[in-house]
Amino acid sequence: MYKVVTKRFLNEAKSICLFEIEAPLIARHCQAGQFVIFRLDEHGERVPVSVAGWDREKGTVTVMVQAAGRTTRMLHTVEQGDYITDIVGPLGHETEMEGLKKVAVVGGGVGCAIAYPIAKEMHARGIDVTMIAGFRSKDIVCLKDEMKAASNKLIICTDDGSYGEKGFTTQFLKNEIEAGEKFDRVIAIGPDIMMKFIAETTRPYGIKTIISLDPIMVDGTGMCGGCRVIVGGETKFACVDGPDFDAHQVDFDSLLKRSAFYKTEEAEENKHICRMTGGKRNG
Amino acid sequence: MANMKLTKNPMPEQDPEVRSHNFDEVALGYTAEMAIDEAKRCLNCRNPLCRTGCPVSVRIPEFIAKVAEGDFDAAYDIITSTNSLPAVCGRVCPQERQCESKCVRGIKGESVGIGRLERFVADYHMAKENKEPVTAPASNGHKIAVVGSGPSGLTCAGDLRKKGYDVTIFEAFHKAGGVLVYGIPQFRLPKEIVAAEIENLKAMGVEVVNNAIIGKSLTVDELFEDGYEAVFIGSGAGLPQFLHIPGENMLGVYSANEFLTRVNLMKAYRDDYDTPIKKFKNVAIVGGGNVAMDAARVAKRLGADNVYITYRRGKEELPARKEEVEHAEAEGIQFMLLNNPASIIGDEEGRVTGLELIKQELGEPDAKGRRRPQPIEGSNWVLPCDAVVIAIGTSPNPLIKSTTKNLDTTPKGGIAADDKGKTSREGVFAGGDAVTGAATVILAMGAGKTGAKSIDKYIKSKSKK
Repeated sequence: MYKVVTKRFLNEAKSICLFEIEAPLIARHCQAGQFVIFRLDEHGERVPVSVAGWDREKGTVTVMVQAAGRTTRMLHTVEQGDYITDIVGPLGHETEMEGLKKVAVVGGGVGCAIAYPIAKEMHARGIDVTMIAGFRSKDIVCLKDEMKAASNKLIICTDDGSYGEKGFTTQFLKNEIEAGEKFDRVIAIGPDIMMKFIAETTRPYGIKTIISLDPIMVDGTGMCGGCRVIVGGETKFACVDGPDFDAHQVDFDSLLKRSAFYKTEEAEENKHICRMTGGKRNG
Repeated sequence: MANMKLTKNPMPEQDPEVRSHNFDEVALGYTAEMAIDEAKRCLNCRNPLCRTGCPVSVRIPEFIAKVAEGDFDAAYDIITSTNSLPAVCGRVCPQERQCESKCVRGIKGESVGIGRLERFVADYHMAKENKEPVTAPASNGHKIAVVGSGPSGLTCAGDLRKKGYDVTIFEAFHKAGGVLVYGIPQFRLPKEIVAAEIENLKAMGVEVVNNAIIGKSLTVDELFEDGYEAVFIGSGAGLPQFLHIPGENMLGVYSANEFLTRVNLMKAYRDDYDTPIKKFKNVAIVGGGNVAMDAARVAKRLGADNVYITYRRGKEELPARKEEVEHAEAEGIQFMLLNNPASIIGDEEGRVTGLELIKQELGEPDAKGRRRPQPIEGSNWVLPCDAVVIAIGTSPNPLIKSTTKNLDTTPKGGIAADDKGKTSREGVFAGGDAVTGAATVILAMGAGKTGAKSIDKYIKSKSKK
């Protein structure tokens, strides 16, 4: 059992929540860009989520999770001081930062919570970071102070203009590039479709672009092969070969299809979240 | 007077029509009467060959003699003096290729049902109330780390604990048991039985740490820094092999590992568990081994109308146990033999609609003596299906070798170890599928036993210095 020592919602809509969890084995080694897999209870599924922070001395790891499906919605009902049954990691490779001087980090929605620790780590290592954070609207904007502290320049945009600039991340990234900013890398994390368009935005400029993928997976150690992605024409396992991949090599068409495979089962499961207990299984 | 009946007492089984719709155990086990009757078929040979066929050297004639006397407790003690997982072995060992293949009764008629008797004794003990509590042997003060809680790791841990070592097993999954819990289905090996065997080891004082991936959470070097004096690697063959044919990333193509893990470990077949699995109508399995049979029988139980085994060789060449093939056939699994996959076909959304196969004929025998399949030109055809499960084998997982310096590996990706389980690193031993690639539960257990012996010898020689 693993104790939740801190729980905090990160935005007005309470759609993204931070959990700091006691997990000394993970805290010992984890790095920005890696992920963990958690399981709520005995009946739970294994769900991968990016590492958002760690405290090596306290032995804790932090994750930021958006309530999307049944399990993540149930996780949001876990309170500070409660326990979850399992958490394992760190999994995957850390984000490569060696030799970088100027980077644009692009986050979309909950992807900002995943991109933020990478920006923070890069900034701490003296890399010039431009952070572009896109949200649907003001109520889901999160981590604005943290992102500001982790970047040299921060652009927050919303689709409807209710907070920050109005527009999409692709457009603001393009503006920066057109304005003469010389990025030697773009890191983009967000919905698959956003990452696909970021890839198309940077391709003409030949800027190496890295995206972090979270396809459907079970074990996270290379055992099931469920997280197959096609990169440069070759099949890779996102869990052990990634989660970071060269966006210009990723087959987005196959990625988008594979991610939607259990949509009908998920919708079915979501219907069954008990309203009486507020989602807790044994209420 | 020995029972001279030529055939084994048949194993009571669930009716095929009934069992192909449930996940309950297929083989129901002998009653005490059947067990005693079967045990009396043993001639108690002066020079018992059966024992030489057992990778963990179970004292077979001795335990069978006790069964014949009706002293099942004594039989249990004899078995467990060399085998720490009898309820598992009695169910999943390929006895027909091991102990039972050496039995003299098999020369004229059928061998003694050694596996069935072993299972009976283990189940008798498990069901017994007021058992004497398992005692934890006193500690000898030496800490040993075991990586992986599959058959080799559990065996190695049990044997070392019996010798007094403080053993900690590190398991990557949230549940201990390795392939016994994620791979072998409930209807062939109930998970409650695996759990009970593991509880037994815990009661003996073996510590199990779940959610610890050696090579990620901790490295082998850190285990030594943390005070472990030797490490046994029994991390199995977790890496699924794919066919590398067109269409393999379509929706509905699974590795057998994923398909079975979802169902066996994550219990996707039960409504009260969250992990999803699709309800497929027509499922094609690629491969002819025990894992392929398991996947086929799982697909059937999940409600598929048609389940096909596609295999490039003929029936004689199927690598699966005969018993498993017979069980699958009885449950209505359809065998598409002498067919090799060429591609996987799908619709516009990328969902599987069929498996393209090429008919094969058998040519000259290969190095292993198996006749090599050759494609028949122009014989391609499409088997309509909405799911394909690839069960053509697994390779050792590279996580440990890639994070452990100076640990030599074999060309096939296994950890290089000699017949005593010694690797290229001092104090590091390995065994089971992590060394050999995918093999059987009992061979892995044998390797775990050997590893435990070698570690004991290593620690003793080190202590003398």
